[in-house]
Amino acid sequence: MADFPIRLATENLSAFYGETVGVKNVSLGFTTNQVHALIGPSGCGKSTYLRTLNRMHELSPAGRITGRVLLDGDDIYAPRVNTMQLRRRIGMVFQKPTPFPTMSIYQNVTAGLMLNGRPPRRALDEMVEKALREAALWDEVKDRLHSSAVALSGGQQQRLCVARTIAPRPDVILLDEPTAALDPQGSQRIEELVFQLKRDFTIVIVTHNMQQAARVSDTTTFFYVGTMVEHGPTKQIFTRPKNEQTEAYITGRFG
Amino acid sequence: MNRRVLRRWISNFMVGTMIFAVLIAVLPLVLILATLLVKGVSSLNLAFFLKTPAPAGESGGGVAHAIIGTLMMVGAACLIGLPIGIGAGIFSAEYPSSRLATITRFISDVMNGTPSIVVGVFAWTLIVARQKHFSGYAGSAALAMLMIPMVMRTTEEMIKLVPHSLREAALALGYPRWRTSLAVVVRTTLPGIVTGSLLAVARVSGETAPLLFTALGSQFMGTNLNQPMGALPLTVYTYANGPYEDWHRLAWATALVLILVVFVLSLSARIATRRIFGRYG
Repeated sequence: MADFPIRLATENLSAFYGETVGVKNVSLGFTTNQVHALIGPSGCGKSTYLRTLNRMHELSPAGRITGRVLLDGDDIYAPRVNTMQLRRRIGMVFQKPTPFPTMSIYQNVTAGLMLNGRPPRRALDEMVEKALREAALWDEVKDRLHSSAVALSGGQQQRLCVARTIAPRPDVILLDEPTAALDPQGSQRIEELVFQLKRDFTIVIVTHNMQQAARVSDTTTFFYVGTMVEHGPTKQIFTRPKNEQTEAYITGRFG
Repeated sequence: MNRRVLRRWISNFMVGTMIFAVLIAVLPLVLILATLLVKGVSSLNLAFFLKTPAPAGESGGGVAHAIIGTLMMVGAACLIGLPIGIGAGIFSAEYPSSRLATITRFISDVMNGTPSIVVGVFAWTLIVARQKHFSGYAGSAALAMLMIPMVMRTTEEMIKLVPHSLREAALALGYPRWRTSLAVVVRTTLPGIVTGSLLAVARVSGETAPLLFTALGSQFMGTNLNQPMGALPLTVYTYANGPYEDWHRLAWATALVLILVVFVLSLSARIATRRIFGRYG
């Protein structure tokens, strides 16, 4: 792991909903060009934690944090940080596919590209093709780029959302249970995709599916009732967990 | 076996009841349209659309002045009412718990329940009494006042239907708040907003009471909104109350024209939205 520098890290991060604590005092580092899985039972705070990483948590009613989140060493909660610009560097894909229903497939992919000024047509076409190829969707949609995005299947819609997220070339991609709403085939394609994408991006993925975590991730972090219980290389977490709770969870004894 | 028969019987009974209810609900509408067609269509001819009324006792003439008056006043009411209504609707859907939105929502609910004649009297006090003459502007203002709460509430309800996940998707992509609202949320609800606006337009196009105190009505062709103006519902009102058999026929025909005008307005607004905003609207 020494080869990979830390891209994104949290220091003593706690997240609150009003006075309710969602995440307690988590310090973690995510290394560049690797896949990091966050696992744990429902309500353990892993999604809340993920949403602090691109400042989506603060959009929740009374959502606030203490502690620090560092992207390449810079605190993303510093007062001078522009949240919109930040979210263009840390993209996010959600549980349910969320293509923009009024836009075509092409327009969906370009949605994030238009925000820093409209690139010339030729360049835009290339960026769209690149993003769709990387999202393993190009072959299926190249003949109908200008038709509606909601006509795609659920799995295709989710890959379109991945394409939309990677098109502006973010540094980090956050995936919040990206396969929860998909059938096994759709899930498998997303998993393969995640594996491919780590060449270019740093990926943090929340998942309920432990096999999925074991298959795609380099490190795994186990959350339980808002605290980070154990963090380590995926292989070690799944074969020789140090913590009893982690072991109980991954062997299916609770959760 | 017995229970299955019973269940099917209950199901059939319920479906039958609902079909009956639908028929009862549609019946008045069909009757109105049929009556209008039967009694009005015989008086319709080209002149009816192109000419102004003939003097009392003479036959012929038309309601061109009222068509123009209705179009102009409703048009002006839209210019005032739609931006305000849609804007207020977007605001109170985007900031639902702000005090301003709560107050606005309450007031517009009250306004929605206010009889239109009250709005007419209000516009009279506010504009006609001060200007010392009736005018199309006063009529437009009264109609706009009726439109705003309707448009606001439908816009708000439509926007609230947009899933939260869509808004989050845009924000996570780095969209600023305003752009999320306009390019994603409002854009997604646009067909609903158009429908709501059209309903409001249709509703005020047929309003008579607020115009009695404001636009007053006129027998002459005029395009000056600063003068008293004719309008289709006013013409129906005058003709229907008149002493002549001929006028009663004209009232039916005018009512039919009113419905046609609303129909054409709705249809063209829908086609225009589809043209401008593409096929995903």
